[in-house]
Amino acid sequence: MGELRLMKGNEVIAEAAIRCGCDGYFGYPITPQSEVMETLMTLRPWETTGMVVLQAESEIASIHMVYGGAGAGKRVMTSSSSPGISLMAEGISYLAGSELPCVIVNVQRGGPGLGTIQPSQADYNQATKGGGHGDYSLLVLAPASVQEMHDFVILGFELAFKYRNPVMILADGVIGQMMEKVTLIEQRPRWTNEQIQALSGGWATTGKTADRKKHVITSLEMDALMMEKYNLRLQAKYLQMKQDEVRYEVIDCDDAEYILVAFGSAARICQKTVQIARAKGVKVGLIRPITLFPFPDKIIAHYASNVKCFISVEFNAGQMVYDIRLAVNGVTRVEYFGRMGGVVPTPDEVEDALNQYF
Amino acid sequence: MTEEIIIAGFGGQGILSMGKILAYSGVIQDQEVAWFPSYGPEMRGGTANVTVILSDEKISSPILHQFDTVIILNQQSMTKFESAVKPVGTLLYDPNGIIHHPTRTDITILRIEAARLCVEMGNAMTFNMIVLGAFLKAKPVVKLENVKKGLEKSLPERYHKLIPLNLEALEIGQRNLEVVHTANAL
Amino acid sequence: MACVIEKINEIIAPENLVYAKSPLTNDDIMHYCPGCSHGVVQRLIAEVIEEMGIQEQSIGVTPVGCSVFAYKYIDIDWQEAAHGRAPAVATAIKRLMPEKMVFSYQGDGDLAAIGTAETLHAVNRGENIVMLFINNAIYGMTGGQMAPTTLVGQVTSTTPFGRNVDINGYPLKITDLIAQLPGAAYVTRQSVHTAAAVRRAKKAIRKAFEIQRLNCGTAFVEIVATCSSGWKLSPVESNKWMEENMFPHYPLGDLKDSKRADSGLYRIKSK
Repeated sequence: MGELRLMKGNEVIAEAAIRCGCDGYFGYPITPQSEVMETLMTLRPWETTGMVVLQAESEIASIHMVYGGAGAGKRVMTSSSSPGISLMAEGISYLAGSELPCVIVNVQRGGPGLGTIQPSQADYNQATKGGGHGDYSLLVLAPASVQEMHDFVILGFELAFKYRNPVMILADGVIGQMMEKVTLIEQRPRWTNEQIQALSGGWATTGKTADRKKHVITSLEMDALMMEKYNLRLQAKYLQMKQDEVRYEVIDCDDAEYILVAFGSAARICQKTVQIARAKGVKVGLIRPITLFPFPDKIIAHYASNVKCFISVEFNAGQMVYDIRLAVNGVTRVEYFGRMGGVVPTPDEVEDALNQYF
Repeated sequence: MTEEIIIAGFGGQGILSMGKILAYSGVIQDQEVAWFPSYGPEMRGGTANVTVILSDEKISSPILHQFDTVIILNQQSMTKFESAVKPVGTLLYDPNGIIHHPTRTDITILRIEAARLCVEMGNAMTFNMIVLGAFLKAKPVVKLENVKKGLEKSLPERYHKLIPLNLEALEIGQRNLEVVHTANAL
Repeated sequence: MACVIEKINEIIAPENLVYAKSPLTNDDIMHYCPGCSHGVVQRLIAEVIEEMGIQEQSIGVTPVGCSVFAYKYIDIDWQEAAHGRAPAVATAIKRLMPEKMVFSYQGDGDLAAIGTAETLHAVNRGENIVMLFINNAIYGMTGGQMAPTTLVGQVTSTTPFGRNVDINGYPLKITDLIAQLPGAAYVTRQSVHTAAAVRRAKKAIRKAFEIQRLNCGTAFVEIVATCSSGWKLSPVESNKWMEENMFPHYPLGDLKDSKRADSGLYRIKSK
């Protein structure tokens, strides 16, 4: 059993990174996630685990630092918030294109543009549909508690290396700024050079030795047919993720006539709505996608024939609702309720929205 | 037991740290807790609030529209949050600077003159602890001994010498709680 | 025909060999145009790495532009960075593996236009890396567009009537800027258009790698280079054009040779 603490979601990202043996963090300040780097700089892990922490000159530089570190087979990460993630889109596409493992945290705020610093989920499409140029997918984890902020850093690195793919933790200002109890893992050592060799020795730039060919990290391929072949390989990898990595939580759905679908802090709000509505005798349940890519479409399809309506509850103009409609494929009604631009709906607002569909 | 609280007032009144001490105290007595602040550039002088939830069960939403207790420390917050008290809930406020006093009759209304009392104590920094003391008199959701432990946890070591002063402020808050109106049972 | 081959074999007999390519360069045919400086500079890098015996430690970072394919020709580990981001990529590699010898290899568009921020900040942090900068005053790979270092009046595909400062601003002497930064240890400008220049350039590249071993700041080597295709000149004419037009604006020689500045010069007086 690890150590129990009361911590902010953002602070926990930093703690979990150090404790799981992360090699490097590269970031740039932006509200509402600056506590991640501030916590790291205060904890000074370079004196204990040897983890590198660097404040870059921009989000662009920080994501390309992640590229450099990931290319060397190291466990590296960055964090930012929506406008910063847009700047990182180039680097994220290169990371996906070069098949490099890393963890990217997006503590979302309201947009578009400079937007607001208040919580939002308006980057759902950006995160789940790639976000940069080219046909690629990130593996996207949506934490709904401070504990999951911690757990998903660890899980994120595991999945990133399992698939040689960038993993995004898609949080929001609520989870980032909120304090909850969290159980921290015991300190794990950083990987030794031997471990890196064993795991990534086939591709990482660890220095060319006489016994192997040189390693080149690149996403460049001038031959279109070769590039297509490479793309097909990437798509096969994403299909594998869809088969093996779908994660979700189902609450009170078995007798439900209405199912709310929500991720992250929206799911927390919906949990309260379910409690309120159930107390009044309304048969309502909640499906919480934990992986947004791969999307838990099978479980949604499973309940589709039993329910009168799915309601996608999002802090945006309705983005995930389209993925639910694809999963439901016309079997039943799928509606959306949400607030935008940094406004967070309250549990009773969600209940009012639910009542409209009776 | 679940107690859903919002503390609202000016930035700089120690609202966030008061919420933090409450949350730490809850952790010490093994409760589930959530602490969610309004955040942004309103660090000093602007409006600030923090939601604190203490519960014996897993906490669902940290975003709430109604609270068991609303603690109000300026007029803007009174305007905004008087209506957010649950029926038969509690509204605790400091009358200092309040122009429009609460008018609801379906809730319990309590007062603590924390601004005046902290000046009398000679230390404005004790303001939030006087309010906390008054709140815990009305709603003993955490034990005072756990608040002391919570203070030790939430305050950096270099401020531990201030703990006795803070405990004194808690006492003063407890002694000076005034009942304005008691909610009629529904 | 047979007698020609016989003649060639006679000439290339081992006892006649006075020059061989570095074993670190492979047999792939370089894609560079005749007269291009890239091939020469990359040969020098390979020779320096070989002579210093640092093949196993060396990690190169290539840019976007003509020089992207450097990774094809030199037998060390490479990372290919996005356009302009090589200094950021190199920063992380070096910080995470301080025992490695890390260098970036960038053209003028990459280093002095799209990657200006990454370039200046990597040097300003005094990253212990080598930065090699090939300045041929034009975008080669995309087909001869204006570069930040394009000279005033120089014709390119996007300045068909010559670079006009009223429209395009001035040729950027980024190496002069770099030399002002306290994180820079060694800043020099060289060329590879004559045998003597090649020897001096190699010495400079070697020195830059030696400086990395000392951990005393960034070593920055600019090579004023030709692009005969982009300039639409023959290789011989290109060298002449470079001497007449490039060198007056980008004069050769060392700009800085010390080590990164002492932090004491910049420290606040008291807290």
